[in-house]
Amino acid sequence: MSFLHLPQPSWRFIPVWRRNYLVWKKLAIPSILGNLADPMLYMLGLGFGLGSLLPNVGGAPYITFLAAGTVAYSTMNAATFEVLYSSFSRMHVQRTWDAILNAPMTLDDVMLGELTWAASKSLLSGVAILAVIWGLGLYGSFWMTLWIIPVVALVGFCFGGMGLVMNAVSPSYDFFLYYFTLVITPMVLLCGVFFPVSQLPPLLQSISAWLPLTHAIDLARPLVMGQVPQSILLHIGALLIYGSVGYVLALALTRRRLLK
Amino acid sequence: MLRVQGLSKRYGTTEVVRGLDLHVRRGECFGLLGPNGAGKTTTLRLLLGLIEPDSGQIELAGIPVPARAREARMKVGVVPQIDNLDPDFTVRENLLAYGSYFGLDQRKITERVPMLLEFAGLTHKADAPIAQLSGGMKRRLTLARALVHDPDILFLDEPTTGLDPQARHLIWQGLRRLIAEGKTIVLTTHFMDEAERLTDRLAILDHGRIVAEGAPSALINAHIEPAVVEVFGDGMEVWAREHAATLCQRSETVGETLFCYTATPEIPIAALKQTPGLRYLHRPSSLEDVFLKLTGRDLRD
Repeated sequence: MSFLHLPQPSWRFIPVWRRNYLVWKKLAIPSILGNLADPMLYMLGLGFGLGSLLPNVGGAPYITFLAAGTVAYSTMNAATFEVLYSSFSRMHVQRTWDAILNAPMTLDDVMLGELTWAASKSLLSGVAILAVIWGLGLYGSFWMTLWIIPVVALVGFCFGGMGLVMNAVSPSYDFFLYYFTLVITPMVLLCGVFFPVSQLPPLLQSISAWLPLTHAIDLARPLVMGQVPQSILLHIGALLIYGSVGYVLALALTRRRLLK
Repeated sequence: MLRVQGLSKRYGTTEVVRGLDLHVRRGECFGLLGPNGAGKTTTLRLLLGLIEPDSGQIELAGIPVPARAREARMKVGVVPQIDNLDPDFTVRENLLAYGSYFGLDQRKITERVPMLLEFAGLTHKADAPIAQLSGGMKRRLTLARALVHDPDILFLDEPTTGLDPQARHLIWQGLRRLIAEGKTIVLTTHFMDEAERLTDRLAILDHGRIVAEGAPSALINAHIEPAVVEVFGDGMEVWAREHAATLCQRSETVGETLFCYTATPEIPIAALKQTPGLRYLHRPSSLEDVFLKLTGRDLRD
């Protein structure tokens, strides 16, 4: 078996997704609240606090600007946490994956189940922020904001796929901290969550243009403001590529880890 | 039911499995014995198609592995060495979720659950979380979980390691019931009493190859003298030097004990009775003696 090969997904990933869903359902309310409290507090605190000093950022009230960034940011976080900590528990600590692999399942199925689950869970996070945006009337056009739902699912897929690579190479939970401090946090600061990318020095701007969160925000922000995003295909393509390359690489690395 | 020919698996330069041939008949309980690192678990993983062999053929329930491993695994139930029940689910939910991985209809699994719970003796614990189960209960549930899709053949990797005697007997009872129902069982173990009790035939594996194969009693007859006199106490070494070669057919000193193998135990015993300070234990030879003779007494860490 070669190290890298194309995934051979099958519909058998659904029972894996369903397993995670059934476990989540048991603790759905605290899980939703736990996932949402943090982004919501940032969004409302900074939105109103800084918003009073910054009446207009990027052509919109600051809280609207920030809300659009928070949709993407919160989705990214939800997907990342799921495939890092939760998937790692299932793979390494509880050995749930081993048990599933003794059934007629392949690693391709198990990891696709994990990826689609992470995307589903982050979809929920993104939509919850969207609900706050609706509630506070922070949007340009309600109908336009509905496009945010598929965008958020795509963002979840992208960061789920990327995070699975970390899951595959991590010896322990502690290792994930590197991913947060070296990848996630810089991205939050470079990709225009809190302030427009145009405020950064040119070098950082050009780095930012390559980062997946930038593409996510470039889709989400115009949609919140009631505009059609520019270069839609570029952004969708970038998110798809980051997610799929991550998934394929993670699959190969995990195969080496578990099935050697 | 299971046919293996010339199976080999190498990791880097270490050959973990070296040209293994196995043939397990339908309804048979077959044991795979060997010291740690002999290649037992790797062999099981190869048989399931979880890893690919470097060479050799495997046919499991008539299906070639790894080519059609998915199909073959539909016919196999697995009890792994390391417990991997789903701690996020209750006992009943574990069975339901596991059935779903086989693509079984939830209604069909639900119908089987009471029978599986009864088999595991866990009917009263159906809605308990896994954390509330004892080690023995967890093993029984893992065994019941392996039966959720009604497989023809069961793979058990050290099914009673870490269990207390009562719990082991319960597992053995369950396995005997499955054998009586006509299931084929392949189990690995390093408990000789377990192998002697349960298996129809067994293979002793060492360094990735089979060093002996046959029914437990046949192996004892073929490889070892029928009786053992274990000699220990002060003066054992002197006695060993002076008498072991003449009074025993074969002898071996391990630590503080001399193992005197013989067909005529009365001869060394008569001599021992006249040697004050020495104590001895006379017993029939067991599978363990065969195992230690064939695989040596060195520690395998």
